[in-house]
Amino acid sequence: MDVPHQQAPVVQRLRFKYAKRGRLRFTSHRDFSRAFERALRRAQVPIAFSSGFSPHPRVSYANATPTGVSSEAEYLEIALNEVGNPEEIRANLDAALPIGLDLIEVVEAKTPDFALRLEASLWQLVLVGIDQDAAEGAIRALLVESEVIVERKTKDGNRRFDARGAISGLWVSKNGAENVPIAGDGPPSVILKAVVRNGSPSVRPDDLLAALRVVAGLAPTSPTLVTRLAQGPLNASGNVVDPFDPDRQ
Amino acid sequence: MRSLWSELEPLLPRVSKPIQYVGGELNSCVKDWDSSDVRWALMYPDAYEVGLPNQGVMILYEVLNEMDGVLAERTYAIWPDLEKLMRENGVPQFTVDGHRSVADFDLLGISFSTELGYTNMLSALDLANIPLAAVERTLEHPIVIAGGHAAFNPEPISDFIDCAVLGDGEEAVIKITKVVREWKAAGRPGGRDGVLERLAAAGGIYVPRFYDVEYLVDGRIKRIAPNRPNVPFRVSKHTVMDLDEWPYPKQPLVPLAETVHERMSVEIFRGCTRGCRFCQAGMITRPVRERSITGIAEMVQRGLDATGFAEVGLLSLSSADHSEIGEIAKGLADRYEGSNVGLSLPSTRVDAFNVDLANELTRNGRRSGLTFAPEGGSERMRQVINKMVTEDDLINTVRTAYQNGWRQVKLYFMCGLPTEQDDDVLQIAVLAKRVIDAGRQATGGKDIRCTVSIGGFVPKPHTPFQWAAQCDHETVDHRLKILRAAVQSDRRYSKNIGFRYHDGKPSIIEGLLSRGDRRVGKVILTAWQRGQRFDGWSEHFSYDRWALAAADVFNETPISLDWFTTRQRLENEVLPWDHLDSGLDKEWLWSDWQEALAGGEVDDCRWSPCFDCGVCPSMGTEIQIGPTGRSMPLLAISPLATSGVVLESLAHS
Repeated sequence: MDVPHQQAPVVQRLRFKYAKRGRLRFTSHRDFSRAFERALRRAQVPIAFSSGFSPHPRVSYANATPTGVSSEAEYLEIALNEVGNPEEIRANLDAALPIGLDLIEVVEAKTPDFALRLEASLWQLVLVGIDQDAAEGAIRALLVESEVIVERKTKDGNRRFDARGAISGLWVSKNGAENVPIAGDGPPSVILKAVVRNGSPSVRPDDLLAALRVVAGLAPTSPTLVTRLAQGPLNASGNVVDPFDPDRQ
Repeated sequence: MRSLWSELEPLLPRVSKPIQYVGGELNSCVKDWDSSDVRWALMYPDAYEVGLPNQGVMILYEVLNEMDGVLAERTYAIWPDLEKLMRENGVPQFTVDGHRSVADFDLLGISFSTELGYTNMLSALDLANIPLAAVERTLEHPIVIAGGHAAFNPEPISDFIDCAVLGDGEEAVIKITKVVREWKAAGRPGGRDGVLERLAAAGGIYVPRFYDVEYLVDGRIKRIAPNRPNVPFRVSKHTVMDLDEWPYPKQPLVPLAETVHERMSVEIFRGCTRGCRFCQAGMITRPVRERSITGIAEMVQRGLDATGFAEVGLLSLSSADHSEIGEIAKGLADRYEGSNVGLSLPSTRVDAFNVDLANELTRNGRRSGLTFAPEGGSERMRQVINKMVTEDDLINTVRTAYQNGWRQVKLYFMCGLPTEQDDDVLQIAVLAKRVIDAGRQATGGKDIRCTVSIGGFVPKPHTPFQWAAQCDHETVDHRLKILRAAVQSDRRYSKNIGFRYHDGKPSIIEGLLSRGDRRVGKVILTAWQRGQRFDGWSEHFSYDRWALAAADVFNETPISLDWFTTRQRLENEVLPWDHLDSGLDKEWLWSDWQEALAGGEVDDCRWSPCFDCGVCPSMGTEIQIGPTGRSMPLLAISPLATSGVVLESLAHS
C-alpha cells in the first residue's frame, strides 16, 4: 500500500470573523463547516491539509453558537499552503457562501492562543410579550443571587448547573433594536443585553433565559431571538473587546 | 403570492434540524410569482435529507425554472414534530424555496422512487388543505401528478392523484406545462376534467378516473377500459433518446443540511439490458442510452465548479457497463489527479474489470470498501434471477480486490426469491467464508472483512417476476435466522463477517403497494388515518398497523394482504398495470418468467443478438451506445484541488 500523500507545509494562517444571519441562523455548526469546506473549494483557496490517510482541510472553529441563534461574531482560522492576499481570499470565500453566512473581517494570524482570547460573549435577546418593568425586575432578582441552578436536557439526561456565576453583566438595552429588526405591530417586547463568560460548563443564552424563569417566572410568549453581538477579551470595565487587536499590531 | 415564512419561523426553534425547512440552497432559485403563468410544486415524498439529493426532482426543477413564465419550487415530507406544530398554528404545507402554500400552485408533481412515499403524499395533501380524493378537488386546487418508477403502477394511489406520467420526465414536464398554459389561456374550458382530458389526449399521461375497472367474483380483474372518447386504451412511457441534449442538473443543488449523498452525481447512462429478472429499474428504463464521454466530462467539470463538492458519483444502473467506462475512468482520474479526498466505490458488477476501475479512480486515495452484488446465494438461484456470475468468478474478483489493497468487501444478496429453498440462502454463508479464505490468502492473513447485506425480495410490476408469489415474511425471517447461525457458528470466520439484514415484514407491505390495484387505496388511506407515515423509516413503520388496516378494509371480500402478495398469478390474469405500457412485451415477460423457473439465462443485448423484449420496436428506436471514439482532453486550467470520482449504482442505493 502507498504511503500517505505528503502535504505541502503551512505558510500562512488567516483568522476570520463571520456572521450567521436571518434564516441561516438555523444552520447547525456541522452544516456550517461542510458549507465552508465546499466554499474553500469553489473559491479555490490554497488550503493546507492535515497529513494521514484521510487528509482534512485545516480549519479550526471557536465557540460555535447553538443552532437557531444568530451571530455577528463567530471566529475561525484556516491554514494555507500558499501565501495569499487576506482581503481577496475573504471576498472570494464570502461570495462562495450563501447570503446570511457572511465573512465580515479577516486578519493574518500573528499571535498564538487565539481561542483563549475569546473570554466572553455579548448577547442580545429579544423577549416577546415582556414589558420593560418585568424585565428589569427579573434582572434585579437574578443579579442579587450568587448562584442560580438551571437544568438542561442533554443526550445523557438532565444536567444541573449554575448559570449565574458566568454572567458578568445583564441589562435592558435602552437604545432600541440595534442589529435586530422588530415587527412594528406585535406584542410588546424588550431587548436584553448580557455579557457572559465563556467557560465550562458553558452558559448559553437559553440557560440565561432559564435562570430568569427560575428567579422571576419570566416567560416570553414566543421564541426569543438571540444574537451574539461580540466575542473577545473582557477589559477592566467589563466590556467585550475586539480579539483581533493583538494581530493588528 | 404571500410567503408563509413569518408564520413558520417561530415554530422552527422548537423542531429538530430546522435548516431543512429554510431553503436558500446554493443553486436554488425563487422566481417571481406574478410573472409566471404555470407554477409547479415538486415534491419528493420523504424527509428533506433523502429527497434533496434526488436527481429526478433536481433535473425537473432546473428544466422548468429555465422556461420563461414557468416557476418551480420544491417541497418535502415534514417530520411529525413540525407537522404537529403546523396543525396547531394553521400553517399549511409549504415550498422550501418561496415558502408558498402548496395549494396555490397549478401543479403538484410528486416523484415516487418507491411506494413507501404514499402515506407521506397523503400527509402533504392534507397539510396543504387539498382534498385527498382527486374527485373532490376543484379549480382552486393543484393538479396532482405522480411520476417516478412507482408510477408504472399508480393504481393503489389512483384515488388520490389526478394523473401519472410514465418514464423520463424532462420532455414530459414541458409537454404538460404547455397543455396547462393553453388551457389556462383559453379560460379553463371544461374545468378540471377539461385539462385532464387534454393531458390524456396529449399522450403518455395516465388519468386513472378516465378508466373503469371491472372485477371477477373471485377478486381478480376482469377488464380495464377507458370510459370516455379520446382516451387511449394503453398509455405509453416517455423516453428521452439523446442524453447529451439533456445535461441536467447543470447547477446541482447544494444543501446546508446534511443529506444522504454528500456528493454530486452525473448520470452516465440510462436504462439497462442486463436482464436481471427481479430488477424493475432495469426493465422499465430500456433501452440503454449512453451519455458520451465528452458530455460526461463537461457535466463533471461544470458541476464541480457550481457546487464545490469533493466527490462525483458516476450514476447509472450498472456504471461499469458504459461502452467507454475505461476511458472515462482514466480520463477523470488524469484530470483530477492530486485528490485529497478518500474515495469509495459503490458499484455492483462482479468481475475483475470492476476492480481495475476502482483502482483507477482511487489512484491516490484510500481503498476502503468495494461492493459487489451477486444477489443470489447459490449458483442455481443466480440462474433463476439471470445474474450470470459463477461462484468462482466471485472468488477470483474478491481475491483481486484484496490483492489490490482493498480491505473490505461488501456483498449484496436478496432473500425470498422465486423457487428459493433454505439451502440457497445457506449458501451465502459458504460463499462469505470462501471470500474470507481468499482474502487471507491474498493478503497474507491481514485483517480483512466481508459484509453481507440482505434485502427481502419484492416482486415488481413490468418484470418477469410480476407473476411470482412473494415469499411470506415468516419464511424470510426463518432463512435469515438460520443463515446468521451458519455465519456465526464458525469462530474462525465469524469475527470477519458482518451481517446486515431487515426482517421480512416491511417487504410484504411494499409488495402490497407495488402490485396492488385500486382497491388498495382504501388500505393506504386507513393506515394513514391511523397514523402511518414515513414508511421507509423503521422507527415509524408499523407492520401491524398496515396488516390491520388491510384486514379491516378487505373484510368479507375475496381479496386480502396475502392475496396481493403471496399469491402466484397465472398467465391469463389481467394485471392492474396491463394498460400501462413500459414497452416490454407481456408475452416476452411471461416466456422469461417460464425461462427463470427452468433456470435458463438470457444474455445482454448490448453484446449479443436481440431477444425481443419488445421495447425498441414499440418505440421505434434501438439501444444507444458507443464507443464514440472521442477522448477527454486534460483541462487547460488547473482543476479544483480536492475532487474524487465514485462509481455509483442506482439500483441498490
